[in-house]
Amino acid sequence: MASALINVPPKAKRGDIIEIKTLMSHIMETGYRHTATGEVVPRNIITSFTCRFNGAEIFRADLFPAIAANPFMTFFTTATESGKFEFEWTGDQGFSEHASASITVE
Amino acid sequence: MRFPGAIAAALLAASAAFAAEIPQGQRRSGYSFMKPDTRAMQDDDTANPGMLWVLDGEALWKRKLGAANKACADCHDDARSSMKGVAARYPAFDQTLRRPVDLEQRINSCRSNHQQAPPLAFESRELLALTAFVARQSQGTPIEAASDPQLAPFVAKGRELYLQRQGQLNLACTNCHDDNWDKHLAGSAITQGHATGYPLYRLEWQSLGSLQRRLRACITGVRAQAYDYGAPELVELELYLMSRARGMKMEAPAVRP
Repeated sequence: MASALINVPPKAKRGDIIEIKTLMSHIMETGYRHTATGEVVPRNIITSFTCRFNGAEIFRADLFPAIAANPFMTFFTTATESGKFEFEWTGDQGFSEHASASITVE
Repeated sequence: MRFPGAIAAALLAASAAFAAEIPQGQRRSGYSFMKPDTRAMQDDDTANPGMLWVLDGEALWKRKLGAANKACADCHDDARSSMKGVAARYPAFDQTLRRPVDLEQRINSCRSNHQQAPPLAFESRELLALTAFVARQSQGTPIEAASDPQLAPFVAKGRELYLQRQGQLNLACTNCHDDNWDKHLAGSAITQGHATGYPLYRLEWQSLGSLQRRLRACITGVRAQAYDYGAPELVELELYLMSRARGMKMEAPAVRP
């Protein structure tokens, strides 16, 4: 049950600096923990986050085991034209999630 | 022999006075003890990780399952109206069991009786998600738990547990949460124990958790043997805590450090 919460302003004026907020559901298991019987809990983290706007990459981040569960990523960009933000999270054990949000620039 | 008796009586009176209840006007939610950044996290639905469980819960609400092939929504329809204010009344008296049940137990009994599906494990993602989704519909409504007169003996039992010293540290809930809530314990604020935001997201847990999880952690903290999930004692404690918080606003899903 992976789910994402995205906060992109629906409208902005050309040239405005806008904040994009994303929250992805993920346990971010470090791979450093052991079970009660001593077995290593296998690493299971998101390793990469990418944001594209109208197909062009505008933000990318690599994630590591020290990042807490349910990573919250927020960044700023300049509103240039109307279009669609596409978000992608990829990680261990074949994790791959997508989300998108549209903005109207006036 | 009169003196020891008098001393014992004086000690009793002193300890009763020590465990003073927090006056209505001084009651505070755990929210007010938090730093501004953690408050901001709770206030913004797109930054509050608890909302991830609410989203999952909304999907589960509509999912048909069990031998009856029914979804929660088939009986309860839109939770936004049907579940509004419901969580603020829990734990509530169950007429069949003749005792209080909390929201998690209520959801599970609905699953077994009406959906004919196996109950969900305590603290499982699904149970927390459904509880969070239901509780979320009461956000901002005042807590009304324990208004049913049939609950009175159970509230009294919960209060007794709350005042009962236990564990190797020999502490009762009241020794911290009534007597020392304005102080700190190892750098963390000792709060007043008003359970306004459950299930809530604890940064320490990196997960959503129930009030029972919180109570069990506290009991383990005073080095006592914690009651099992679903134990009547835990539900009575939950009930007493909610009765103490009557009139305060529901915050679920809250965020705590």
